[in-house]
Amino acid sequence: MSVIADQLSIQYGQTVAVDQVSFEAQAGQITVLLGPNGAGKTSTIEHLEGYRAASSGSSSVLGLDPIADHHKLTAQVGIMLQQGGIPTAIRPRELLQQYAGFFPASLDPEELLARVGLTSRSKTPYRRLSGGEQQRLSLALALIGKPKVVFLDEPTAGVDLEGRDLIRSLLLALRQEGVCVLITTHDLAETERLADKVIIIDHGKVIAQGSPAELMSATSSDHLLFGATPNLDCAALSAAVGSQASETSHGEYRVEAPPSPALVAAVTSWLAAQNIQLTDLRAERQRLDDVFRRLTDSTDA
Amino acid sequence: MKAISSQIRTELALSARQGEQLLVSLGIPLLILVFFSSIDLLPTGTDEPIDFLAPGVLALAVMSTAMVSLGIGTGFERTYGVLKRLGASPLGRGRWVMAKIATVLVIEVIQWIVLISASMLLGWSPPLSGWVCAIAGALLGTAAFSGLGLLMAGTLPGLATLAAANGLYLILLLTGGMIVPLSELPAPLAAVAKLLPAAPLAEIIIGSLTVGGSVASWAWVSLTCWAVIAPLGAALLFRWE
Repeated sequence: MSVIADQLSIQYGQTVAVDQVSFEAQAGQITVLLGPNGAGKTSTIEHLEGYRAASSGSSSVLGLDPIADHHKLTAQVGIMLQQGGIPTAIRPRELLQQYAGFFPASLDPEELLARVGLTSRSKTPYRRLSGGEQQRLSLALALIGKPKVVFLDEPTAGVDLEGRDLIRSLLLALRQEGVCVLITTHDLAETERLADKVIIIDHGKVIAQGSPAELMSATSSDHLLFGATPNLDCAALSAAVGSQASETSHGEYRVEAPPSPALVAAVTSWLAAQNIQLTDLRAERQRLDDVFRRLTDSTDA
Repeated sequence: MKAISSQIRTELALSARQGEQLLVSLGIPLLILVFFSSIDLLPTGTDEPIDFLAPGVLALAVMSTAMVSLGIGTGFERTYGVLKRLGASPLGRGRWVMAKIATVLVIEVIQWIVLISASMLLGWSPPLSGWVCAIAGALLGTAAFSGLGLLMAGTLPGLATLAAANGLYLILLLTGGMIVPLSELPAPLAAVAKLLPAAPLAEIIIGSLTVGGSVASWAWVSLTCWAVIAPLGAALLFRWE
């Protein structure tokens, strides 16, 4: 396992930012720490990057202690800070050449500039790059030393759609190469697209973790929703499809069973036999953001 | 070595691009040198103002680069998270400090070459024998003022470092015996100035590079103390974030 957090807690004075967080992230996978702002994602990732000491619990990165063995890890780990970290007057090519000089083996700065789409901006001072270009440069900097583990704190924040596509394809390429990618985000759509594994974190605690599909199925009470003329005979419908059916509101119906093709066929044929017009049919799968919202809401309550 | 040279190259490129730093490190000393040597306004105590001003601005150049340029530059690097990001790279603290020192020394050498050439064009002819002591003093001064610059950079926010370094620069410029001899200051002020790092640095460089001059021993004692205490303070109190 490339990255392990075990009962990890981080405190600032009296404030507990991270509270007994445990998770693992493995090579060749994209692991996403998902949570609202202030959830403890940055504290967690900055601990693994070697910046913040833990108040209790333990962690390891490539089998080493991220704080005590920091100097042994720097050549194998690539990071992207949530913001800043780059001199405002530096030019992208210069920056990548500078950092390339720090690593025993590094990517070619020119090639990397091309990969993040900054070749034409290679001589533009950092402060004059757009927000998205700055993020892409920061990502390039994380990759220059051919890392085995990559920590990215909000990599797509402030990036336009095109830039997101580019960042996504770069991350998928890293996964392909067997790199362990750990990112933080509060962007659900991004998480659904990218994550092999999601760790949902709120108020410093892990509230759920698993693959996006697991998180959806574990918490969904799957059912079929459809719209038709009001006041149908729900008892007859229930008997016909073999599952409880009810009219939830005027002309809106709900069948309490996973929306299998057989169930859909049973419902539509019953309606056809009654010559009833179907106005809409939805096989409702709870999306990750439902899960996310519900999980965080219940913690607040 | 590859890492240090890569860092030095970046530091020098960024320094050269910062107009205000160039002004402080070369513009002001050059202006003082040319202006006050052509117009005899300052009570330099020498027949030719250049004989006092030339070594004076060499001391000033050390103070500007080691304290002001280094302090302000590093202060903003800290504020913008540049040091934090470097901390996650294999460069490491030790090599970062070495690169900073080397960068300061390279800039000082360039400053001295420009200022010495300009001074000689203005008729300055220092005794050859004085250079060893002058350079030793400059190295001690570099340690002392780098320590002060990094102490400010590592403990104050970027803008506060800018203000503090420039303020201290102005005070030490006027009271440090660099453009106005200590003997012209009121005695209590001169006594305090001797305890600060600027006056001993000026005393050593001016004393060494003046024909028939000498260096008072208080200068070596005072500057050596600063060269030890200031870097030590910076090392102990520097906060990277």
